[in-house]
Amino acid sequence: MAKLENSLKNMFLSLTIITVVVGALLGAVAYITSEPIAAATAAAQKDAIKAVTPAFDTVSEPWVVEDSGNGLPATIFAVSKDGKQVGSAVEVVTKKGFGGKVKVMMGFDMEGNITGYNVLDCSNETPGLGAKMPDWFQGQGENGKPGTGVIGKNPGKSNLTVTKDGGEVDAITAATISTRAFCDAIALAYAAFTGTDASTGASSAAKDAVEEAAETVGDMVDAIQSEE
Amino acid sequence: MSKLGIIINGLIKENPTFVLLLGMCPTLGTTSSALNGMSMGLATMVVLILANMVIAAIARFIPDKVHIPCYIVVIAGFVTLVQLLLKAYLPEIDKSLGIFIPLIVVNCIVLGRAEAFAAKNGVIDSACDGIGIGLGFTIALTILGACREFLGTGAIFGFGIMPENYGALTFVLAPGAFITLAYLSAIFNKLFNK
Repeated sequence: MAKLENSLKNMFLSLTIITVVVGALLGAVAYITSEPIAAATAAAQKDAIKAVTPAFDTVSEPWVVEDSGNGLPATIFAVSKDGKQVGSAVEVVTKKGFGGKVKVMMGFDMEGNITGYNVLDCSNETPGLGAKMPDWFQGQGENGKPGTGVIGKNPGKSNLTVTKDGGEVDAITAATISTRAFCDAIALAYAAFTGTDASTGASSAAKDAVEEAAETVGDMVDAIQSEE
Repeated sequence: MSKLGIIINGLIKENPTFVLLLGMCPTLGTTSSALNGMSMGLATMVVLILANMVIAAIARFIPDKVHIPCYIVVIAGFVTLVQLLLKAYLPEIDKSLGIFIPLIVVNCIVLGRAEAFAAKNGVIDSACDGIGIGLGFTIALTILGACREFLGTGAIFGFGIMPENYGALTFVLAPGAFITLAYLSAIFNKLFNK
């Protein structure tokens, strides 16, 4: 069978039919998959919260801080056990990664100690270097690498910046920028969590912004607490 | 050409990466490790087979002047379809492949094969071409990724072979992609396509 000739009618019809069919198909699939996708996203988020916080039985509704200090929002999930809050998971995005944004979920107990972290997205970091982020800081100084881990430390008491910058965190080998990004994420998350100035981990340029945001957050915390 | 011949042709004689030098953007971008390269290759292969079959089936109903927009709609449709299904039912795989999938739309291998092969051949032959070219792409990307990962970090598929600090970081970064690709194409063409 010969090809259809290039008449306006043929071109119009073939393009229209193809786009309508593909569009309808995609619409149907998007409709069918919307529920499983939402469930999968929620499950992934819950797993991430579970991995970074102390044992809990309920998670609060997420509370979004519009500007966590760098113009991007932070999301805070308070977790409680037997009706008493035991900690929070804070999801922040830092812009300081080697390849742009890095998304991290940080967990804190009520004293502000880091109970865990989960790197949700470091796909822009270099594999083999910055992409070691999800594991590098988990330890508590084993493997003959003192001070590598950040778990159990309190950003309010310890100076959680890269050793090169005078802090306590050993940088990932040959990935100081990614490490700085991680430290920035800690500072952002801690600021969002406490609502106080925790910018020890942030570079001086970001410090003012963090302080400012922290104040706003503090006010919001007060407002919410007084409502209860 | 026999069905097997078409597959072999895509694998060796018209290997998209080493011989046709098509789809360089995802090739250079995603081969920083063996696993990333292989994932990208496999995702592309699925879309390539599906798009080739559909285009082979509908090619004769499409007037020449509008065939490119029609093919692009079909390809982009499949890519989105695969992405939605992965997100919904295989979120684990989506997590590792997620960023690569939208890149397939702009991979010129898919449109290239639609133009050069699927539009002129039958559905089954086009599926075979998709398998051959897809496998060729996957193998090429895996080898390229493995070489770069090994030279750069001393590991393959994340398993350390050499001591921790072994490796020239250049190979994981962009310049290493060009160097490795050039050497591998040279070796490949010397071996198979004299």
